Amino acid sequence: MLAQQLVNGVLLGATYALFALGFTLMFGVLRVINLTYGFYFSAGAFLALFLTRNLGFGVWAALPLAAIGAGVLAVVIDAALLTRLRRTKAPELSSLMVTLGGVLALYAGMTAWLGPDIRRLPPGLISADAIEFAGVRVTAAQGLILGATALLVAGLVALMRFTRLGLALRAMAEKPDAAGLMGIDTGRAAALVSFISGCLAGAGGVLIGLNFNAIHPFMGEAMMLRGFVVIILGGLGDIRGALVAGLALGVIETLTAGFVASNLKEAVAFALLVAVLWTRPQGLFGRAAIRRA
Amino acid sequence: MPAWLDDFLWTYQNLINTLGVNGLLALSMYVVLAVGQLSLGQAAFMGLGAYSSALMTMKLHLPFFVVLPASCVVPVLFALAIGVPTLRLSGVYLAIATIGLGEVLRTVYLNVDLVGGALGLNGIPERAEAWMIYGLLVVAIAALWLIGRSHVGRAMEAMRQDPVAASVMGVDVQRYQLGALLASAVLAGIAGCLSAHQSSFIGPNEYGFEPAVTILSFALLGGIGTPVASVVGAFILTLLPELLRGFSDLRLVFNGLIIVAAVLFLPRGLVALRMRRRAA
Amino acid sequence: MSLLQTEGLTRRYAGLVAVDAVTLAVPQGGVHAVIGPNGAGKTTFFNMLSGLVPPSEGTMRFAGQDITRGKAHRRAALGMARTFQNIRVFTEMTVLENVLTGLHAGMACGLAGVVLRLSGFRRAERAAVVASRAALDAVGLADHADALSGSLSYGDQRRLEIARAMVAKPRLLLLDEPAAGMNPAETESLAGLVRRIADGGTTVLLVEHDMGFVMGLSDSVSVLNFGRLIYSGTPAQARSEPAVVEAYLGARLAEKLRARHG
Ligand SMILES: Nc1ncnc2c1ncn2[C@@H]1O[C@H](COP(=O)(O)OP(=O)(O)OP(=O)(O)O)[C@@H](O)[C@H]1O
Ligand SMILES: [Mg+2]
Repeated sequence: MLAQQLVNGVLLGATYALFALGFTLMFGVLRVINLTYGFYFSAGAFLALFLTRNLGFGVWAALPLAAIGAGVLAVVIDAALLTRLRRTKAPELSSLMVTLGGVLALYAGMTAWLGPDIRRLPPGLISADAIEFAGVRVTAAQGLILGATALLVAGLVALMRFTRLGLALRAMAEKPDAAGLMGIDTGRAAALVSFISGCLAGAGGVLIGLNFNAIHPFMGEAMMLRGFVVIILGGLGDIRGALVAGLALGVIETLTAGFVASNLKEAVAFALLVAVLWTRPQGLFGRAAIRRA
Repeated sequence: MPAWLDDFLWTYQNLINTLGVNGLLALSMYVVLAVGQLSLGQAAFMGLGAYSSALMTMKLHLPFFVVLPASCVVPVLFALAIGVPTLRLSGVYLAIATIGLGEVLRTVYLNVDLVGGALGLNGIPERAEAWMIYGLLVVAIAALWLIGRSHVGRAMEAMRQDPVAASVMGVDVQRYQLGALLASAVLAGIAGCLSAHQSSFIGPNEYGFEPAVTILSFALLGGIGTPVASVVGAFILTLLPELLRGFSDLRLVFNGLIIVAAVLFLPRGLVALRMRRRAA
Repeated sequence: MSLLQTEGLTRRYAGLVAVDAVTLAVPQGGVHAVIGPNGAGKTTFFNMLSGLVPPSEGTMRFAGQDITRGKAHRRAALGMARTFQNIRVFTEMTVLENVLTGLHAGMACGLAGVVLRLSGFRRAERAAVVASRAALDAVGLADHADALSGSLSYGDQRRLEIARAMVAKPRLLLLDEPAAGMNPAETESLAGLVRRIADGGTTVLLVEHDMGFVMGLSDSVSVLNFGRLIYSGTPAQARSEPAVVEAYLGARLAEKLRARHG
């Protein structure tokens, strides 16, 4: 029972980590809390729904295509909302407000267009089989989540560590003014980071959609709460922190749901966020810079 | 009272009350923006005021003149719990934590039987009168106006423009920020109490993400140059959907776009007046 | 006893020591200068004094109190004021309102007094406006009192910042490059203004690159180089102090070399 809960928690946490990675990457490099981020999660799920239901794609093709679609969307929306503010070096709260207005319009537009109902992926898209090992069941969907998350995270880490682009992005994260020195211009960096982040969010949306088989326009908004908790727990802009905090949150939520009450899991997540703000605002690893007013 | 006026008031009573409540909500956004912070907890504070006051009326049978002022207690406690740790940090922390608060409270309301779960609370006695709503609105505008034209208002405006320079002038920036957040929680809590006691029903979905953003759009459309400007923004955005009923699906799209447009193209809002910042 | 005393004051940033164990005493009264080549740590030193940057090590005492950990706004209340190297006036407020904010620390009236417009509040506001107009008069901006500060010229914004800093008659006034961007005539009148402020009983500590300005005005000079205090004494002796000459020559030479080899 406990072992099963822990495994479920780690699997749920893997999607939280995947989702929060893109969010924290955007903040780390671009210094913007981009609230449209949750929308790419919904968008990825709906794209996958469209690809599988209307075009008959299988899950292996739909997952990367939906992720890429969400990434492209993120680039377009970032350019539309934030180019001007970046140029005028507007205060960070202005960028936050613009993305907030933008995301409300996006969600509301999507709901007006597609309706608020919960939709389901075509049956048999992914095998309903599960493997059982020492009394712990792992479904195929969960296996896919774990595999895809591991792959994407490894890809991101490799990109940031071992490529020139990653080096430039990390330099930007440490010293915003260094972008020019590294020969990368802010507009291009913004597009790249938005694309990578959008892909991560979109992939997360597809995977969660598969796991719970429920897709609706506001699913990204519920996910954003986890995103907030994870990036503050892990430290704003801290990639390793987001990974650990995401896994931890998944486990904590699953244990809360299993042993306390399932409808308290959001409240527990938020209580965790407030507790971290009171005690360790710099995040678990204490690397994120706490910038004062 | 002439019969037609009576008729008019009766027909539009709900709208008239909603206008006043939204005016109070716009002011609760204004006080935070006026010190250069961004809180998205206004709808959450409103919900806390609404639920706590409805329970005080329905379960404890307290009279309204006790319930109304008491309705700000719970919102203020939540504002303290979130404001004290975040205001030491950069502005994004308060924004993030307050959005989170709204989301979480919605799931709590949905799942707690005491507050009616998904059904919400029904049959709240209609004790809020238009004169109370508008009386409080006028008092709040006047108070904020008088404060704006004093050393306190100058300090607020100074820290909105440049918190570092303001602190060197002797402004205790964090104390002002916390004060503004608490004032905001009080205004929103009272607005929640008034709206709960005029519509007889409250539900978990009225205080989530969408209303939070809508309240921000009130203040940004009107502008934060003066307290009245944000109230004007609230009136416009409350009346507009009534006039454009056919487009009700797109109301939220419109509110979102207003925020985008206001930040990008109209940073001072529609009522771009500047307040005189002295009393002598 | 000195008005301001730092003891081993140090500020480190990743990979460099911006201010390195500076022990400096500023006596009550007079004009005192801190000079040094670009990047010597002068502004960082001022930022620590005014509470904007916490020191990595060391202590500060001001007017008999330990202020090492005190926040910026507490120092204003104790009688410390400053201007900024990169001007920081409140551009969306009028000139007069800017100067009024300089009196914030002394405005004791609470919210009730403000909202009810009690007589104590009204008296304080009137007195504040009178004092602010006098300060504007002193810097020659009286005619611009109701203009928006953002519309002032660069030099006028500098003078506005000085008026805002001196209006509360602080015990210590920190000026970070007050003459930057001014023409010789403006610099000359600025020197007169600083003299008058000092004669009025305010101790002035200033950072300035204009050597004529510094030498003619200051009672003492302290020289920072790479964060270290390398000289503290009379202006006349500073010129003949080998370490000072070397620091400046070294900086000049380096600049020339950079210009030549791009
Ligand atoms: N926030 C910071 N982070 C990292 N390094 C800093 C920071 N602030 C200052 N420095 C560094 O500390 C050193 C001292 O800077 P400071 O601004 O105090 O010099 P300064 O003497 O005022 O120079 P100038 O005459 O050009 O105004 C410089 O090398 C600068 O780059
Ligand atoms: Mg300097």
